[in-house]
This record gives sequence, structure tokens and C-alpha cells, in this order.
Amino acid sequence: MTDGKQNSLPSFLKSWKNSFKRDWQLYLLLLLPVAMVIIFKYASYPGLRIAFLDYKPALGYDGSKFIGFGTFQRIFKDADFLKALKNTLIFNFADLIVGFPMPIILAILLNEIHFKRFKKLSQTILYLPHFLSWVIVASIFTQLLKPETGLVNVLITNLGGQSVPFLTEKYHWAVSYILIAVWQGMGWGTIIYLAAITGINGELYEAATIDGAGRFGKIWHVTLPGIKGTIVTLLIMNLGRMMGSSFERLYSFDNVMVTDFQYQLSIYIYEKGLQAGNFSMATAVGLFQSLVGLILVIASDRFAKLLGEDGLM
Amino acid sequence: MPSSAISFKKRRKISIGEIIICIIIAIISLTCILPFIHVFSKSVSSDHYVLQKSVYLLPKGFTLTAYQNIFNDGKMVRSMWLTIIVTALFTVIGMIATTCAAYPLTKKRLKGRLFFSYLFLFTLYFGAGLIPEYLLMKQLNLLNTIWVLVLPLAFSPYNMLIMKSFLQSNIPDSLEESAFLDGASNFQILIKIVLPLSKPIIATLSLFYAVGRWNAYADAKYYITKQALYPLQLLLNQMVGASADSTAISALEGGAVMSTPEVLQAACVMFATIPIICVYPFVQKYFVKGVMIGAVKG
Repeated sequence: MTDGKQNSLPSFLKSWKNSFKRDWQLYLLLLLPVAMVIIFKYASYPGLRIAFLDYKPALGYDGSKFIGFGTFQRIFKDADFLKALKNTLIFNFADLIVGFPMPIILAILLNEIHFKRFKKLSQTILYLPHFLSWVIVASIFTQLLKPETGLVNVLITNLGGQSVPFLTEKYHWAVSYILIAVWQGMGWGTIIYLAAITGINGELYEAATIDGAGRFGKIWHVTLPGIKGTIVTLLIMNLGRMMGSSFERLYSFDNVMVTDFQYQLSIYIYEKGLQAGNFSMATAVGLFQSLVGLILVIASDRFAKLLGEDGLM
Repeated sequence: MPSSAISFKKRRKISIGEIIICIIIAIISLTCILPFIHVFSKSVSSDHYVLQKSVYLLPKGFTLTAYQNIFNDGKMVRSMWLTIIVTALFTVIGMIATTCAAYPLTKKRLKGRLFFSYLFLFTLYFGAGLIPEYLLMKQLNLLNTIWVLVLPLAFSPYNMLIMKSFLQSNIPDSLEESAFLDGASNFQILIKIVLPLSKPIIATLSLFYAVGRWNAYADAKYYITKQALYPLQLLLNQMVGASADSTAISALEGGAVMSTPEVLQAACVMFATIPIICVYPFVQKYFVKGVMIGAVKG
């Protein structure tokens, strides 16, 4: 919109002038948020050229040698990066498979309950884990799942079983790590489905009842088709986040025994970049992650719209 | 199935299916609350019983020694104050910026509206990543200051979208148009008409900001190396995170630690959790509303 200024017609300028005269206060308001995104977001974009430089902090941007896509070629031969990328994709996929259906099931179950008080109370409790930070969630589960003294293992050994290394052996850790996230997010995830269920026409249920449908019949033929759109939209949006990698979640569950699986993109960037000082590689990986993430989000948005559902943008 | 037809008409009638569903939901709900009860009980039990591993859901040998240790030590209390101040500043600045962005963007007549929208939204979908952002914070001299926790994330374009769609669907254009014809300026309309009608969304988004800031710690991990400036979550992670072994807790300055690490760790977790659990019942319904508005995109 601002590009056309040089060869603009007088009438164009005039309409801008009028608009500014009428709404200068609105532009003044916009100044603060615009300044904030420019100073704290857009100002970081030029730093991306580090990915194309052989960056040495002492030499700065101008002193460092330009090496084009050299760093990208290096990271794709870097075993650590490939491991982090593989772990990220596998864990995101597992999160999706295990975590996605849970809120749907829970929402359908909650919808079947007609005791108002009980329903309210259980919803309040189910939402609670969403409000706690990953540190608190991880601390609580570390306490519960400790090999010798954690409650769960105390109960298992009291019942004559073997202590289970829930968070200290990598395969057990992987399962615990995924299930804990399901636990944290399942209640909160129901909100959007419950809202969609409320939108279903009550007459459909009555008609199904008259046709002799039982509880499962109604869930299968009325409730699920009624929320299909919401399910498809959320599924596609989740696919758009396959490259994401939460530093807080991974770092909270960090321990030396499980680094094989815990080593994912955000950890790679943190360790290679901030800890080991290899800025070029960390920036290149970050840029790769952002770009693929952006492409996935745009693609999933288009895909959702293609299917006639609400998109993201 | 005539019985289900009857139960549909008279909801009072309890069916077996519903009871089973209630039991399933009750069990799942218990998994969400029992862990907290257990850790809480541990934190107020005497060392003796905790070492015996006989504390399950009820405290045994009630004592507050562990909490006394935390308060005497002062490190966690100091960190809590710091986190409260950071959260308050963050929320206020975030809300001001969000309002400043959302209100003008609801005006269809505003020239450049689309440009500004894209300017904000692009940052949601594309970030430069850790290293460029770290170097930027360094350039801005924000490393190891509380401002690095306050300013960079204070304006959330996502919350701005929620506020914008609330304003668009709740404040009729005609109301503002008539005020405009009466000679009110944009500022006056915002302060006298729009803001008083937006109290619910202001409450909701303030809570989004506050809880988000309270819980986040990745930026503190990246940008803050001075331990005196650690926010509560980062300090907690250092003391009881999965990586910390039982001895890490004796890093508490107190020296003469009276409780066992087990009890003290439990108390630290509770110390950071209780504030959230206390405000949670009041906050929850606003969050649900916010999610609903956010789901209906404008």
C-alpha cells in the first residue's frame, strides 16, 4: 500500500490526507504496538544472515566471511542435527496420534453427563493442569515417578512388582513424556469440542431417539458428524506444527539418561548456539525450522479451506 | 429402546450408562488432582514418615518446617517477588499495546489497516529463532535485566486478534458513529465508550498475559545468567527439575537445612504451585470465554 507513493495521483494523496486528518489518533495508538514488533521482532530478522556467514562474534556481521549455503550443507551432514530432526518429527507425530483423540473422547463423555454439578466440578479439575508450567508439571511427576521413593513405584513394589524407571530410561521416558503431555492438555482441549457440540441442533438427537438410536448410536450418527468440521480443522492445524519443538517442555524433563530422545531441535539450537557458541549452525537450523514451519502452516491452512473448513488465517 | 426415550424426556432418571461415564470421568479427574494432594501432603509431613515412604494422600506428623526453611532462606521468596513484579509490568504493558493495536484495526475505514494487520500477524508465523533474537537482546543491552522478561513478549498479536474479534462483535458501529457525529474524538470514544464495554475481554486477556508470563521460563533461561534475577520457574527447575538429584536442593543458602531433600523439594514445588491453584478457580471461566472468542476468528 505504501509502495505506490512515488507515482501516486493527487487524489490518492488527498484521500490519505483526509484519512489521516480524521484518524490521526488511531495512527498514534498504533505507534506503540508497531514500535514493539519492529524493535523486538523485525529487528531480529537481519540477524538471520548469520546463517549465510562464517560468523565470528569478534568480527561481527561485516567482518565475517560470506559462505552462502555452506552452513546448510554442513548441518545436513551433521549427525546431531539429523538426530534432533528425527526425534522432533517422531515425537510430534506420537504427540498427535496419542494426544489428539483424547480431548474428543473426553468431550463426548462429558456431554453425556446430565448432573450439572458433577460436570462443572470435573471440568474445573480437568482444566487445572493446563494452568501449570512445564516446570511444575515435570517437578510433580519427577516426585511421583522416582525410582525408589516416588509414590507410583512405592505402590508397585508394595504390590510385589518391580520398580519402573519411568523417567530415567529412555524408552520409558519417551512414553511418560508423551502421556504427561496428554494428561496436561486433554481437559483444556475439550473446550472447543464442547462448544461445537453445543452448536448441534437438538432436534437431530430427538429424531435419532425416535428412530430408536441408543447412546452410542447418537454419538456415532449425531455428535461425531456434528463436530467433524472442528476435528478436521484442529487436526490440520496440528499437522502445521510438526516442526515445532517446545524448549520448556523438553528442558523440564531433561536428565542425563535420556538425552538420546530428549535431543530435539530446540535443544540442539540452545546447546550448539548459546552453549557451544556455534552461532552460524544454530541460526541455520533455526531458519530451516521457521521456514518449514511457515510452509506447513500455510499449506495446512490452504488444505483446511480446500475442504471447506475454517482456516487459520 | 423405550427406556432411553423416557430418560430423554425425564432427565432425572439415571441410566446405567451415565453412571459408568460418570465413574470414568471421576477417575480421570482424580488423576488430575491426586498428584497435587500427594506432593502437598509430603511437603507438610515430618521427615521420619517420608523416609519410611508411608505418606500417601494424607500428611503424617504435620509440620511446616520445610516451608519455614524456604522462607528463612529467602532465595525463593525473593524470586517470587521478582516474578510478581515482572508479571504485573508485563500484563499492564501487554494490555496497553494490545488495546492500542486492536481498536484501530476494527475500523474498516482506516487506511493501511490491512498493512498493519499483516505487520503484526507475520510475527506469529515466522520468528528469526534463538540466536538472532539473543544477539538483538544483547544489542539492546537487555541481557541480565528484568526488562528482557517484560518487553519482548509483552505484545501478543494473537491476543490482539482475540480482542479485535471481541470488539467487532460486541460494540455496534452505530454507537461509535453517533458519538463521532456528536463531535467525540477517537480517543474519547475509546476511553468513554469502548473500554467500559470491553471489561470482560480486558479481564480475560490480562489473565492470559499474567498466567503466560508467570509460567514461561525459556526466555529467562536464554537471557538471564545472574541467579539473583531468576524468575520462580527457572529457580524451581534448577532445584527440583528432573535433572536435579537430591543433593542439588542443598544449594539452598540456609546451610543448616533441617528437612530432608525429599520434603524440601515437595515444599518448593508447592510454593510455586499454590499461587496458581489459589487464583485458578476465579480465573478459569474467563479463560474458557477467551478460548471461545479466539475460536471464532474475525
